[in-house]
Amino acid sequence: MARALYIHWPFCLKKCPYCDFNSHVRATVEVDRWKAALLADMRHEATLAGGEALGSIFFGGGTPSLMPPDLVDALLGEAERLWGFAPGVEITLEANPSSVETANFRILKNAGINRVSIGIQSLDNEALGFLGRLHNVKEALTALETAQSIFERVGFDLIYARPGQSLDQWRAELLRALSFGTGHLSLYQLTIEDGTRFATDVRQGKFVPLDDDEAADMFALTSELTSAVGLLPYEISNHAWKGEESRHNLTYWRYQDYCGIGPGAHGRRGQIATVRHRKPENWLEAIASYGHGISEERALPTSEQASEALLMGLRLREGIDLDMLSQRFAISAGKLVDAARLDFYTQQGLMWQNGHRIGVTGAGMPLLDALLGELVPAELVSA
Amino acid sequence: MTDLAKIRNFSIIAHIDHGKSTLADRLIQFTGGLTDREMSEQVLDNMDIERERGITIKAQTVRLTYTAKDGETYELNLMDTPGHVDFAYEVSRSLAACEGALLVVDAAQGVEAQTLANVYQSIEHDHEIVPVINKIDLPAAEPEKVRAEIEDIIGIDASEAVLASAKSGIGIEEVLEAVVSKIPPPQGDRDAPLKAMLVDSWYDPYLGVVILVRVMDGAIRKGLHVKFMQGGTEHLIDRVGCFTPKRTDLPELGPGEIGFITAQIKEVDEAKVGDTITTVKGGAASALPGYKEVQPVVFCGIFPVDAADFEKLRESIARLRLNDASFSFEMESSAALGFGFRCGFLGLLHLEIIQERLTREYDLDLITTAPSVVYRIQLRKSRTDDAREIMLHNPADYPDPSRIEQIDEPWIKATIYTPDEYLGSILKLCQDRRGIQIDLTYVGGRAQVTYELPLNEVVFDFYDRLKSISRGYASFDYEQIGLREGDLVKMSILVNNEPVDALSMIVHRSVAEARGRHMCERLKDLIPRHLFKIPVQAAIGGKVIARETIAAMRKDVTAKCYGGDITRKKKLLEKQKKGKAKMREYGNVSIPQEAFIAALRMGEE
Ligand SMILES: Nc1nc2c(ncn2[C@@H]2O[C@H](COP(=O)(O)OP(=O)(O)O)[C@@H](O)[C@H]2O)c(=O)[nH]1
Ligand code: SF4
Ligand SMILES: [Mg+2]
Repeated sequence: MARALYIHWPFCLKKCPYCDFNSHVRATVEVDRWKAALLADMRHEATLAGGEALGSIFFGGGTPSLMPPDLVDALLGEAERLWGFAPGVEITLEANPSSVETANFRILKNAGINRVSIGIQSLDNEALGFLGRLHNVKEALTALETAQSIFERVGFDLIYARPGQSLDQWRAELLRALSFGTGHLSLYQLTIEDGTRFATDVRQGKFVPLDDDEAADMFALTSELTSAVGLLPYEISNHAWKGEESRHNLTYWRYQDYCGIGPGAHGRRGQIATVRHRKPENWLEAIASYGHGISEERALPTSEQASEALLMGLRLREGIDLDMLSQRFAISAGKLVDAARLDFYTQQGLMWQNGHRIGVTGAGMPLLDALLGELVPAELVSA
Repeated sequence: MTDLAKIRNFSIIAHIDHGKSTLADRLIQFTGGLTDREMSEQVLDNMDIERERGITIKAQTVRLTYTAKDGETYELNLMDTPGHVDFAYEVSRSLAACEGALLVVDAAQGVEAQTLANVYQSIEHDHEIVPVINKIDLPAAEPEKVRAEIEDIIGIDASEAVLASAKSGIGIEEVLEAVVSKIPPPQGDRDAPLKAMLVDSWYDPYLGVVILVRVMDGAIRKGLHVKFMQGGTEHLIDRVGCFTPKRTDLPELGPGEIGFITAQIKEVDEAKVGDTITTVKGGAASALPGYKEVQPVVFCGIFPVDAADFEKLRESIARLRLNDASFSFEMESSAALGFGFRCGFLGLLHLEIIQERLTREYDLDLITTAPSVVYRIQLRKSRTDDAREIMLHNPADYPDPSRIEQIDEPWIKATIYTPDEYLGSILKLCQDRRGIQIDLTYVGGRAQVTYELPLNEVVFDFYDRLKSISRGYASFDYEQIGLREGDLVKMSILVNNEPVDALSMIVHRSVAEARGRHMCERLKDLIPRHLFKIPVQAAIGGKVIARETIAAMRKDVTAKCYGGDITRKKKLLEKQKKGKAKMREYGNVSIPQEAFIAALRMGEE
């Protein structure tokens, strides 16, 4: 089985008001120091989780497209040296559509990047302003066009269900997005996360989030339109042509192992969960002192692993294989999900069952969190 | 022992906030009962709740020693009586222990309903009433207008009313002089067999049960063997004294005197208000008149929010009961709320006080079900059971309707006193609550209405409504006038087609539909959306009279799951599970505790 490697670059030019990722704005970044540190963190992980070749690498952030291409090149070189690349390795980089970043696309491709995911977020200038983005629609489309001419696999992100957005407006925006012919689309509903500026705005009544009923209608419309052009909703917010799914992300959702390096990165090594220091400076210091950035390393009890596998697996259209999970965690299928409730929600059309596979239907997807609360037995949920 | 001629026993009658407690404090201060440093405000209202709400729950008494202008020293016993109709019986016993009363009326507010009810009671006890117009320091004070009101409305001479400001200490000596000169001394025969009235009792952790008594005849002293004539028990007096307001032991209490005794009694239950205390040997032949067993009139279920607190609740209720024999409790179990107690109270305020003390003093989170009154039901003969009569105080025990011959419900006579601008809305409220108008009179810009009303309409939310439609200006008082037949039905609430016992109630058929609709609407807002739609219905027997539907939830999902960070999602799930643990499951529906509480408090919108 191939390994997955996640590399986190925590810097952005500006913090977006909705964003609760581990992203930070710094006037300068000491590239050499970061390079040495990321390499050290990677080596540490490779000594503990070596062996198999890498099937996927993902540069996430923050804004990894702000990384000097040399650094990307060095990291990929080291990763290949440490693990080796499996045939057809998927190497993704998240990019923001500013002109500076777009100019690097070709060098990045030469360094080994073969898939980009562009943070376009909206095809409406006013909405881009509201979302606090630094680019406009024109720049976004230029970036997309450039990427499509350079990389074989290109996808982009949009944020919808914005306050005041109507179903018709979203339909128009989505149809336009579909017209660019990318093989992957991530379509996220705007959620107001604690600790973000939007959370404060909402609290102060500066805007009212879109109501759940309208958001649900938009969700349904989204699946309908994406499916119509063959971009299947393989995960709650992700749509792809067959074979174009993000293999890297599938690793998470199928609850397979992944290494995560860089500030705030999470990883799973067997039953061990790793978390790295979130704050860039703390992470750097940890590297200097210990040679790795890990802040927490914990063996998860099988019950907790099972609950994680369910949380992740049920995000996927393909669902989960109860027998397989039951064997993997030595927990009987009946203790993995509440069978009576499963039947009840299957009757309600929110779940499906097929042999030992179970999953959430299209109608159930927008209700996933509530469904999980119903299906996952309390014993699996550590308090 | 004090010479009868030098004793004055009096109470203070006042509408809430007219200054009863403040005046009492002043009188204590003036006569030197406490030094300035010892005076904490409102000495007589002991409990936090009494202080905060400004109501007196337990009768208190202080003995003041006052040297009057005539040069003589008097023993003045001031009784602070409970200020609420719920405690009407206790009030009547306190009044029976006195020969007079100070009628305190706020110079800016004038006469209010509560004043009236208490003053009439006082007059019935042949009291000498000494009017005191208080708060004359207020810019809005209109003492002359109030004087006229007292004469017009109450019909007593107010020409010599004392003008006072308890707050600024004006007129305090005049009040004391009036007590001495106007209120008659008590009568009594020292040589007759002991007759003392049990005015009130409470539990003291050090002394056991402390009993407040008024000696009518004879004398009571330490070491005396006494008998409680109604209770039928015998006790050895081990302490006799009075409050100045500090507890002070005395050798004895003679005729006409008010004070306390202790006698190694463990439970207030054994010391019933109104009982007559006499000696075991050579005791009185007949008891004092006016004894009554008080019966709870309002019932409700009290349940711990956390089932694990049941034992703590049981202990706390038992401990409160040590000090208050007037409420009853028995265990109850409800499918919705688990194990708890069905408790009976003298009235709504009493209920609130007990509930508040449980929450506050014993730190318990409680769910209180809708208050209900006691119904008398005549059952027809059935195949297995004879015709009989039952008293029903829990809707959950409502019998098979086919067996019900007749249901009687308690009625009250309510006196409402209001500025006339609110009269229209108040009449409508009474009418809506099945009231029967008995009387309507105007005095100045005020109206006094008398209505007969079914008590179950009053326990519902009458008082809150009255206060809100009159912006707090209307005052209200009531007395019970017995049972009357009514067309009463049990209304059940069904959530997702399952009856929710804690929400069922007994209502008059004519208001059932409106009440049911209202309840369904409330629940619709209170029960969170689920993954499926939920019908909420109100039904009488099998017939649905109101219905609402809670729409299914449409969206609940974390859109983005970033970079393999599962922790966040797990936290969410944990939170969800914890939230669920606090809900009650009905079929597949989880009803949050708050929904029960809010639904049952329908008045507070
Ligand atoms: N201005 C003024 N306020 C007073 C006077 N007597 C009492 N008060 C105030 O009126 C309120 C109610 O007094 P309180 O003695 O608790 O009334 P009670 O409910 O009759 O016992 C308190 O805020 C007192 O401070 C007075 O003579 N003048
Ligand atoms: S660019 Fe992306 S990572 Fe950076 S602040 Fe905005 S949303 Fe967050
Ligand atoms: Mg008071």
